[in-house]
Amino acid sequence: MSDHGTLAEPVAVKDAGLDHRRPSVSLFDERRPGRKGVLLPPLDVPAADPVALYGARHRPEVRGEVEASEVDVVRHFTRLSRLNFAIDTALYSLGSCTMKHNPRLNEETARLAGFNDTHPYAPEHLSQGNLEVMWRLEEALKVLTGFARVTLQPSAGANGELASALMIRAAHAARGNPRKHILVPDSAHGTNPASAHFAGYEVVEIHSSPRGTVDLGELSAKLDSDVAALMVTVPNTLGVFEEEILEIARRVHAKGAYLYLDGANFNAFVGKVRPADMGVDVMHMNLHKTFSTPHGGGGPGAGPGGVVKELVPFLPVPTVERRGDRYVLDSDRPRSIGKMRSFYGNFGVLVRALTYILSYGRSISEVAENAVLNGNYLRKRLEPFYNLKYAAPSYHEVVFDDKRQAAVGIHNIDIAKRLMDYGFHPPTMSFPLIVPGALMIEPTETEPKEELDAFAEAMIAIAKECETRPDVVKSAPHTTPVTRLDEAALAREASKVGSFAPVLRAKIG
Amino acid sequence: MRYIPHSPEEQAALLSAVGVRSVDELFATVPKEVFRREPPDLPPPASEIEVRRTMGEIAAKNANLSEWTSLLGGGLYAHHTPAFVPQLLLRGEFLTAYTPYQPEVSQGTLTAIWEFQSHVAILTGMDVANASMYEGASAFVEAVLMGERLAKKRTKVVVSEGIHPEYRRCLRTYLANFPITIVEIPLGDDGATSAAALAAAVDDATFAVAVQSPNVFGVVESWKAAAGPAHAKGALAVGVVNEMFSLALLTPPGEDGIDIAAGEAASFGVPASFGGPLVGFLACRDAMKRQIPGRLVGRTTDANGKTAFSLTLSTREQHIRREKATSNICTNQGLFALAATMTLSVLGKHGLRETALQCLSKAEYLKAGVRAVSGPFSAAFSGKTFNEFALKCGPPVEEVLRRCEERKILGGVPVKRLAPEQTKWHDLLLVAVTERTPRAGLDAFLDVLRSF
Repeated sequence: MSDHGTLAEPVAVKDAGLDHRRPSVSLFDERRPGRKGVLLPPLDVPAADPVALYGARHRPEVRGEVEASEVDVVRHFTRLSRLNFAIDTALYSLGSCTMKHNPRLNEETARLAGFNDTHPYAPEHLSQGNLEVMWRLEEALKVLTGFARVTLQPSAGANGELASALMIRAAHAARGNPRKHILVPDSAHGTNPASAHFAGYEVVEIHSSPRGTVDLGELSAKLDSDVAALMVTVPNTLGVFEEEILEIARRVHAKGAYLYLDGANFNAFVGKVRPADMGVDVMHMNLHKTFSTPHGGGGPGAGPGGVVKELVPFLPVPTVERRGDRYVLDSDRPRSIGKMRSFYGNFGVLVRALTYILSYGRSISEVAENAVLNGNYLRKRLEPFYNLKYAAPSYHEVVFDDKRQAAVGIHNIDIAKRLMDYGFHPPTMSFPLIVPGALMIEPTETEPKEELDAFAEAMIAIAKECETRPDVVKSAPHTTPVTRLDEAALAREASKVGSFAPVLRAKIG
Repeated sequence: MRYIPHSPEEQAALLSAVGVRSVDELFATVPKEVFRREPPDLPPPASEIEVRRTMGEIAAKNANLSEWTSLLGGGLYAHHTPAFVPQLLLRGEFLTAYTPYQPEVSQGTLTAIWEFQSHVAILTGMDVANASMYEGASAFVEAVLMGERLAKKRTKVVVSEGIHPEYRRCLRTYLANFPITIVEIPLGDDGATSAAALAAAVDDATFAVAVQSPNVFGVVESWKAAAGPAHAKGALAVGVVNEMFSLALLTPPGEDGIDIAAGEAASFGVPASFGGPLVGFLACRDAMKRQIPGRLVGRTTDANGKTAFSLTLSTREQHIRREKATSNICTNQGLFALAATMTLSVLGKHGLRETALQCLSKAEYLKAGVRAVSGPFSAAFSGKTFNEFALKCGPPVEEVLRRCEERKILGGVPVKRLAPEQTKWHDLLLVAVTERTPRAGLDAFLDVLRSF
């Protein structure tokens, strides 16, 4: 922070807005023997003797656990919260992650005791409300996607991808040949090839065309009777719509393969296009993106999967069915791929998503319209200052790169870190892999014009700083609670001796 | 709509700046055949007042655990959540942040995850824990897959029938397309995994042996009985725990030979919420950490020597390794790992033990009560238990539960629901207690048993 005054001048830096005072590092560093933060009611039954009961298997003490009062704990976590950047304070440009406003009504409904304090093994007739939530959400997602059924079970996007790949495999296997390959464009999210692999497929990569979309020639060349599916993302990770999606679907189906859609970017066309109409056979949706359930510092999400009629028999069990005026769980589905997780899904996330869909109702296409409008507005404002490798029309996000700034030795990570000094969360940089030095920016539909402008002006100011005082950018951030870490070293090695020797847990003593 | 800030004038200004006349022009590259000009067939937009009413009416159709006496467990135990936990979870700085990719602006989440890893490692007696998994079943599957990677070219996993049936069902789903054989080991009369059958099943092709303790019937297993035969054949031992409070009173897996521990940590401050979202965990020995799935946070220093936390060892992960990654998992279960961390912090070592002792004492009280009921009920197995045990019912389990409902008691989990294919267990009812279960509720349940 000593640098703040000099390095930040003369540009008006807003700063990351975080608390700079040193918080308690960890409660494990400040164990206070004898302190405790809870009081239990008096034991109303005779006390059992664990020593007599368990003998040698008795554990006399959990050595190393925290000892703290409620005050200590509340202060610690409140202080920690002040070290986090969050959507609630400013635009969070992390592309592909869809960091939009999280309506608090959704938090309130999810916390109703009738949902929050219910057990998955309560009898069905005492869980009718929960099953109704699941049924209604599935119906709404069917309307928005055009699919025959939607499973709500997958725990997150990647889990929905895996469930989809397993259904594809089961459907091919039921016809006698599970096939060998899944085609994945080189612009895909990293989870796509990983999910295909865990479903037992070999991944074959398809290169993108100069427009950034699937190369139809290469697709046809690689499509043979060993291909089980093509996994596409629409709009893709460049924010570009696959204009030839109908032709892609036709060619994939002609070879007896399935078309899988990664629904991470459904927020760009929800209400405007039904994926099933494009020839998609199976798709996962991220409720924490399109339907605005909070990201919570990295979860929980939910990754429902929609399927066409042909794939319905393979859905995970149980499904929710309406029989007369009752809702029931149906596990009697002999061709199902089985279960993806314990119980029925991330139910609390489903409650939030249904609340969100009920709030928008049929106006939900405004989500896509304004997400795409805001994405295009930022593109328009930043195009004069940053290189755009793929110039095809953008949807909800735009992917610039650091080509111009690299000429003076400044890379995407430097720009990202400097953006923190201006009070914004950096863009995504780790993908798409086909754009080296990527700066993937997704503003979402919930940003007002003045915030979009402030973000654009910060990016423009940084572009100018790259020329006028590159050292300030390269040594950023200057206004955050900690300074830059050697992330490359951290990624590779967790036990290396030296300045970056990260420790993975607290010591007991 | 109220979540979109633009006024019509502002939207027009943005459209004009972009250079289009209408919003639909922005979608020009969508094939015309599939572009929808009509709104979707959903109800009209609704206000907070209306949506809150609708959702409140739906919620009222459920039996909630605040109003009923509950003996429901079966892998998910409704413990008390300290009042501050849900309140702090609502702080926007936690709720509306994402995965801490940028450590300079994410020290709050990173510090909390590191503390979560520390709590899990300490409780399980393992060296290293990851930043959390989706939930217990997939954590168990990931532990088995990790064992397969570590013991290269072996093809068999030996799994106790005492592992939660839903966890085992998930294992079959995920392993369906791997060249791996799953061998299940039956339980003995005491309700613990048959040691003889287990030892006989482990061979040179076995890469892992997996047991759960307390197991699905609440019976405390011996970690050593699994680890011994596994290690003798060069295989790894996987230990599953889904009631983490048991680790306050029982020797942890890491101290009794288990190499990879995995399971469910939802007992700490995570609402039951009809079974999700929960928070899984996975912990292992230090030498295995390069095969661990998911996120890991490390503690280090920044350029000025200040303590700092960051994601680390990410070269294992899908965004770098793609199809060669250790797992396809992307995020962790952030907010509920945080809830568990807050809850463990305030419980501390003393609160953990006191809570566990209350759970044990109430379960033992209920067990003694069942023995005293001179009727067609008995504890199904002789093995030691913690806060849950299986009740063998003379009368149909459904009838027992029906009479419980008349007293506003959720009388437990019929094992038939957990494992419909196992007809030998259809006369069993699983009953579980927590520190929330009052003695009066237990006495009322015993009254119901006496009515037969």
